Amino acid sequence: MNRSVPLLFLNVFVIATCGLIYELLAGTLASYVLGDSVTQFSIIIGLYLFAMGVGSWLSRFIESHLAERFIDIELAVAILGGFSAPLLFFAFANVSYFSVILYGVVFGIGTLVGLEIPLLMRILKDELDFKELVARVLALDYVGALVASILFPIFFVPTLGLVRTSLVFGILNAIVGLWGTWLLVPLIKPGRLLFLRIKAAIVITLLVIGAIKADSLTVLAEESLFQETIIHAQSSQYQRIIVTRGRTGFSLFLNGNLQFNSFDEYRYHEALVHPAMIAFEGDPKRVLVLGGGDGLAVREVLKYPTVEHVTLVDLDPAITDLAKDLPVLAELNKNALTDKRVEVINSDAYVWLDRAESADFDVAILDFPDPNNFALGKLYSTRFYKLLQAKLRPDSTVAIQSTSPLYARNSYWCIVTTIEASGFGVRPYQTTVPSFGIWGYVLAKNGGVEIPDSIPENVPLAFLDDESMKGMFEFPVDTSRPDIEIEINRLDNQALVRYYEAEWRRFE
Amino acid sequence: MLTRRDILKAFVGLPLAALACRGPARTDSIDGEIVGASNEIGHILRDRRKFEIPSKSWKEVDTVIVGGGISGLSAAWKLKKEGFEDFLVLELEERAGGTSASGKSDLVSYPWGAHYLPVPFAENEELVGLLDEMKLVESRDESGGPVVYEQFLTRDPEERIYHKGRWYEGLYLYAGATDEDLRQYEAFYNEVDRWIAWKDAEGKRAFAVPVANCSTDPEVTSLDKISFGEWLQRQGFTSERLIWYCDYACRDDYGLRIEQTSAWAGLFYFCSRVPTAGEESQSFITFPEGNGRFVDHFAKELGGNLQGSSLVAEIIPGESGVDVVYLDTRTMAPRGVRAKKVIFSAPLMTADYLIRGFTESPSFDPKEFRHNAWFVANLFLNERPKNRFPRDFPLSWDNVIYESNSLGYVTATHQQGIDYGPTVLTYYHPMAEEDTLTGMRKLLSLGWEELADICLTDLERAHDNIRTATTRIDIMRWGHAMISPRTGFVWGGERQKALEPFRNIHFAHSDLSGIAIFEEAFYHGLRAAEEVIEQG
Repeated sequence: MNRSVPLLFLNVFVIATCGLIYELLAGTLASYVLGDSVTQFSIIIGLYLFAMGVGSWLSRFIESHLAERFIDIELAVAILGGFSAPLLFFAFANVSYFSVILYGVVFGIGTLVGLEIPLLMRILKDELDFKELVARVLALDYVGALVASILFPIFFVPTLGLVRTSLVFGILNAIVGLWGTWLLVPLIKPGRLLFLRIKAAIVITLLVIGAIKADSLTVLAEESLFQETIIHAQSSQYQRIIVTRGRTGFSLFLNGNLQFNSFDEYRYHEALVHPAMIAFEGDPKRVLVLGGGDGLAVREVLKYPTVEHVTLVDLDPAITDLAKDLPVLAELNKNALTDKRVEVINSDAYVWLDRAESADFDVAILDFPDPNNFALGKLYSTRFYKLLQAKLRPDSTVAIQSTSPLYARNSYWCIVTTIEASGFGVRPYQTTVPSFGIWGYVLAKNGGVEIPDSIPENVPLAFLDDESMKGMFEFPVDTSRPDIEIEINRLDNQALVRYYEAEWRRFE
Repeated sequence: MLTRRDILKAFVGLPLAALACRGPARTDSIDGEIVGASNEIGHILRDRRKFEIPSKSWKEVDTVIVGGGISGLSAAWKLKKEGFEDFLVLELEERAGGTSASGKSDLVSYPWGAHYLPVPFAENEELVGLLDEMKLVESRDESGGPVVYEQFLTRDPEERIYHKGRWYEGLYLYAGATDEDLRQYEAFYNEVDRWIAWKDAEGKRAFAVPVANCSTDPEVTSLDKISFGEWLQRQGFTSERLIWYCDYACRDDYGLRIEQTSAWAGLFYFCSRVPTAGEESQSFITFPEGNGRFVDHFAKELGGNLQGSSLVAEIIPGESGVDVVYLDTRTMAPRGVRAKKVIFSAPLMTADYLIRGFTESPSFDPKEFRHNAWFVANLFLNERPKNRFPRDFPLSWDNVIYESNSLGYVTATHQQGIDYGPTVLTYYHPMAEEDTLTGMRKLLSLGWEELADICLTDLERAHDNIRTATTRIDIMRWGHAMISPRTGFVWGGERQKALEPFRNIHFAHSDLSGIAIFEEAFYHGLRAAEEVIEQG
């Protein structure tokens, strides 16, 4: 036993490093995904230290087989700590009570780590003076903590990422456990040795598999998204909603797809809303906005003093609530959704149009996500546009966001063709939104529509003027209508979803 | 007494049954019932009871139509269109419809049986006329065929198939198909195309709808003498997934296995709805409530001429007319109708129970008209059934499980464009047994608990959350769901005999075609109505 003592001190060092790494991981991950790093770090450090205290106190109930219990605890820490980061990412993406799991994991690891040092000191107490023992063990414990806290931000996170770091330290913890079966041989019943070693080997194997497969774990998809600070995250009934803050402003992601960046969203929304508002002959009074639950299109609509009523139909109440309640978003949309002229309806636009009474809207703005699934594809079908037509006046104007004519040229022109086939006259147009690239829209009206050319003076715009508005209706060669025959998107063929999938797959 | 394990083993296979039986059945939190109580009532017929009818309970009507399924309703609709008002449809159930019945929840309507109609060709003028009348037709295409409004055609995505943990698009399992599988699949469709293009000396197609328009050339009708399974074998088709695909087709349309189905009927499925070789099959017209939409249209047109809750107990042909005795199933009071003519639009195997004197001098053998049993379950879900993998093909109209004996399920909300939240799934399970009677007895021996467990266990292989998402399961046991086009039936001569009236009783049922589809029932309904009108 005597000769193993220095090696046991090495174990103290490793254990201490691992323990602190898990704490840092939990703190970093929590501030990544929940935002507000001061609160998160503060709570997690406090909870973790308290849990260690609980662990130390619990150590008094372990009376016998100290070495075996110590190895068991090492393996438990290895599993819980090692898988903590993937587990937490997964939980964040999939469950609504994420913070319960987060604090539970932190408390669990803290308790186990709190058990380690008291047990080790009791194992070593017959080998050294008490004075020596305390001095050496605690000194090494703190050195380990220092090493961990320096290497974590400058080496482990940048090179391994959170998930791999957690798995690698889990492996280290498990190796300490396995190694202990040799170092502590005199204290372990011979009959238990093999059993302990097999357990340790299984734990190490699991962690190694985890580390190798780390990249293919789907949970990592979100980790890479969070290069910017997440300021809001929630899973609604329909989708995953994330708001991040970065250098250029903040962004909204739905199911991982960027919806806007506050830096250039005004370009997108001015181009979406104003051509249809201006092309309407007369003063637009009643406006229908379908999709666009972020309230940014409604903000543009409300710039017209003649507007008396806006009906916004968006599927997800979580989005429209967020647009009202999240301060950064409410500020960006100028509290559009709490304006008394605005009525918010949460429904699938297709189902709503199918059931709605005729409602004589002057202008309709269609701001749906891109047609990347069949549920969205129906919102771009001939049937949908015909239902819409029935809810409008004969002279109403309509603007439709229509994906990128550059990245998804056939999809864009499929939308144009479908709107034409539904009986509207169309004016396709496009502009540049840096966050998205070249972006396409369609202006539509029964019997055709002139290119709008004069922005009213009382409507303040940051992007469009009369000249640039006209320019949007020009299509360069690489985005113009392709020579091939483009299918019409009907409910019974969903041609658009198939074009879209084929075209965007090239960029994945 | 069968154990839960035995029952599940028989319906969903041993591995799944063994797995399911490790846990409790877990249907406690799910409501539901067996619907359509007519099985017990219907079997009163078998006792051949005689009823005394007070003279005030008799009334006189020119024509009585026995049975309010699609054939009876079509006959009635035709009579009404021709200005003929003096008739009465007697239907056993409270609401008409037969196997095209439907139900309705707060969210959506859903089918209890037949749930689509392929767009008819221009030649089927009467049926196109019905679609016109129902305002389903937008215009005519260049060949004069009806162009149906897109909202009434099956919304894409139409079908998906579940195999070994994943959902794929379509009904043929392309995933993992070898070159040989694909070669055979192509060769099969080449053979199908050959039959689509085939015409006899008179220019008749080999396979057409209605069956009455099919060629009777022995080159075609001799296909009825062998099973579809044998035909596939003779053609050298061995690909497991092709055989599965054909077997699925037979189970789906006929409730039979390929070994039981006649090769003629097997090819009929693939050929009759394709306009010309190489083209796609006609699109399907469908509604959330399935063919219940047609039933409701007929019922609205018929008004008081349609009478539900009326169990016909005996049809008594006399010198100058036909007496029809029936029970009002709400009061069990017997009543009578003196009619000049009867259109018999109930399953033909009931002819000798219902028609007095039929057994003594039968015009056809009712026992040849064998129906198989099915059960249909409507599952009410408070959320969507979850896929195991995010990249799986999404929930479609028709969702089929490769490994299952069932036909999978149809999503009622699909056609409405309701793509989120609660839904209703209609699960179809034919009792494809060697012997139709065994299938029916087996089905009727099972109660709600067992049948609900079967459908949940079956669907659980594809959807982990099916038990927690399901709040209610209603189940219809169809003891005599539809005629079986077994080897030798369609061209064996028996159904042709039934085309002739028995005294003043005219038969009208899809049984007369040997193929239980809407178009056949409609055809025979109209034919019988014309016979009645001609008779004067």
